Amino acid sequence: MRAYKPKGNVQAKPYYTDRYWQAPQVAKFDVESDEVFAADLAAIKAKFEVSDAFIQVEQMTVWINPSDIYGVLELMKDELEYTQLSEMSAIDFLEQRDEFEIFYQMLSMNKRKRIRIKFSIKNGQAVDSVSNLFRCADWSEREMFDMFGIEANGHPFMKRILMPYDWQGYPLLKTYPLEGDEFAAWYEVDKIYGKEARDVIGPEIRDTARIDRYDSERFARLGHEVPFGMDPDKEENKDKAQSYQEDGGVFLIKKLDKESSVVIDDPQR
Amino acid sequence: MAQVKNRLTPFFENITFDREDNELILNFGPQHPSSHGQLRLMLHLQQEQIVKAHPDIGYLHRGMEKMAENMIYNEFMPTTDRMDYVASSSNNYGFALSVEKLVGLEVPRRAKVIRMMLLEINRLMSHLFWLATTALDIGAMTIFLFAFREREYLMDIIEGYCGARLTHAAIRIGGVPLDIQDSFIAQLKTFLDKLPANIKDYEDLLDTNRIWLMRMEEVGTIPTDMALSWGCTGPMLRASGVAWDIRKEEPYELYDEVEFNVPWSDKGDNFARYRIYMEEMRESAKILYQTIDMYQECVKNGQTELMAHAPQYISAPKLDIMTQNYSLMQHFVLVTQGMRPPVGEVYVATESPKGELGFFINSQGGAYPYRLKLRAPSFWHTGILTDLLPGHYIPDVVSIIGTTNIVFGEVDR
Repeated sequence: MRAYKPKGNVQAKPYYTDRYWQAPQVAKFDVESDEVFAADLAAIKAKFEVSDAFIQVEQMTVWINPSDIYGVLELMKDELEYTQLSEMSAIDFLEQRDEFEIFYQMLSMNKRKRIRIKFSIKNGQAVDSVSNLFRCADWSEREMFDMFGIEANGHPFMKRILMPYDWQGYPLLKTYPLEGDEFAAWYEVDKIYGKEARDVIGPEIRDTARIDRYDSERFARLGHEVPFGMDPDKEENKDKAQSYQEDGGVFLIKKLDKESSVVIDDPQR
Repeated sequence: MAQVKNRLTPFFENITFDREDNELILNFGPQHPSSHGQLRLMLHLQQEQIVKAHPDIGYLHRGMEKMAENMIYNEFMPTTDRMDYVASSSNNYGFALSVEKLVGLEVPRRAKVIRMMLLEINRLMSHLFWLATTALDIGAMTIFLFAFREREYLMDIIEGYCGARLTHAAIRIGGVPLDIQDSFIAQLKTFLDKLPANIKDYEDLLDTNRIWLMRMEEVGTIPTDMALSWGCTGPMLRASGVAWDIRKEEPYELYDEVEFNVPWSDKGDNFARYRIYMEEMRESAKILYQTIDMYQECVKNGQTELMAHAPQYISAPKLDIMTQNYSLMQHFVLVTQGMRPPVGEVYVATESPKGELGFFINSQGGAYPYRLKLRAPSFWHTGILTDLLPGHYIPDVVSIIGTTNIVFGEVDR
């Protein structure tokens, strides 16, 4: 039986962590320590429910209810002079508590202050679109949908933006492996050549730095490279070796002499 | 292998090409030379006039945010080079600064001065590149050759510093890896002394050039509220009447110690943006002169440190690693396992040549960032084309894309 590996988070993990190690925290400060932030928070609190607020690395974070997001951003834009939405996206906490954290990074140029509005939504829940308030949210929400599968209610054009239109899966989820899933491995083969070519071409290896160390057939046969799928040891293929060097040679680069290069047959040598 | 029929068919979303209303749909790009990378625009045309524009991006998407979640902090540094590859040190710097803020590192003064030099050289390189390519799109071949010539000097200086011309990776978390080479300041001074004459050459060729003015003046006008709403930053915003420069308003490094102006305009058209790029080059030169003085002061005061001292996060200097056992152990742990910043969130914005380059990091205390969001200015400078292009004519598209100064390594990430 194969060993069980948790699938909730397949991203890279450190190979060793001290069992007594406790992660330190970035210092959080009270909102009252900054006058401008305190006034802004009071204005938000007057109309909406705020579950938590603190200052971290010179910026205020305000936790609100998911349903209030449009109202809060409208208030901030119209009354509190936060005229720009710098950035918004999601953070995947599905493995820990089946939730996404959504953040909206706001900037006030008059006050020279930045506020981060945050809330959590359950898996499968949608957020309210703010693209009526800030046009840039149009593209940000599309990107969030593309990467996490979180839809925005009331968005004019909820389509993928970075990945192909017919892509399956959401790449920034923690459950999605870095090198892509089964769909990704066959996407281009299926689309360009058709499913029946799968046997001939094989799945796409998306890790370009990958070296198959057991492949003693094609790897490191300088001067004797053959096209993919061709057996280099067969007699009729001997003269079909590909050459990657210009005939005349290149300045400063030594021309490879094929006769003097050796093919090592025994990898265990 | 048997010959297999190519099944790659174009895929058009919600678009019918048989139309009764005399509207033509033009597919601009993704391989158009003036689209500055891989931009595809679906343009709905009434004769020559654009009635609807639909930018389609993602052709250069490499999933950098995903890669960041699978790399230790130092490992990700060279990857940031590939965002805005025209000015890669600015990306290195934005990432380094955000991690430093998360961890709470204080960078030595000499390293700060060197970083500022690199940042401003990168700004000059980026603006020269912008000028060259935009002028080429509009048909001014001479400017292209002139500006690339000047950019070449800067690339040589950078190459002398870090060995690379485009993908520098010249900045580390906590400082810079190397002191500048002996010839750096002399070369830089030679360049800066010539630069005003060079900029004047460009302006002589362009400022009163009839073709240039026709493509630039009153074309691509962005009103202030539209620029703010679309998240425009940098020269795009400053050309639309908001004098907002993060170097001035939220100073990082030693930008509060140097003297420079923030050029801005309330016109909002292509020509205003062009003027701002030219003026910013002059301001960058002004800053560079001041950083040279600051550097020489550091040398005089004997400030030789280049990396922050924080054994938990930053490796000790090479001498210590080679002579002291404990430094070597720490270095080994930091290289193999990576630094572990505290649990928390940080968003740090820096003024890259294109605009506000922001890094949002959510750290859960691990060696890998739990979530890293790259806020690239070009992303929204591309998005604004949706609202900006309608009403313009086909020839204006090229000049508008040019003056938005978008780089697709940054748009798609």
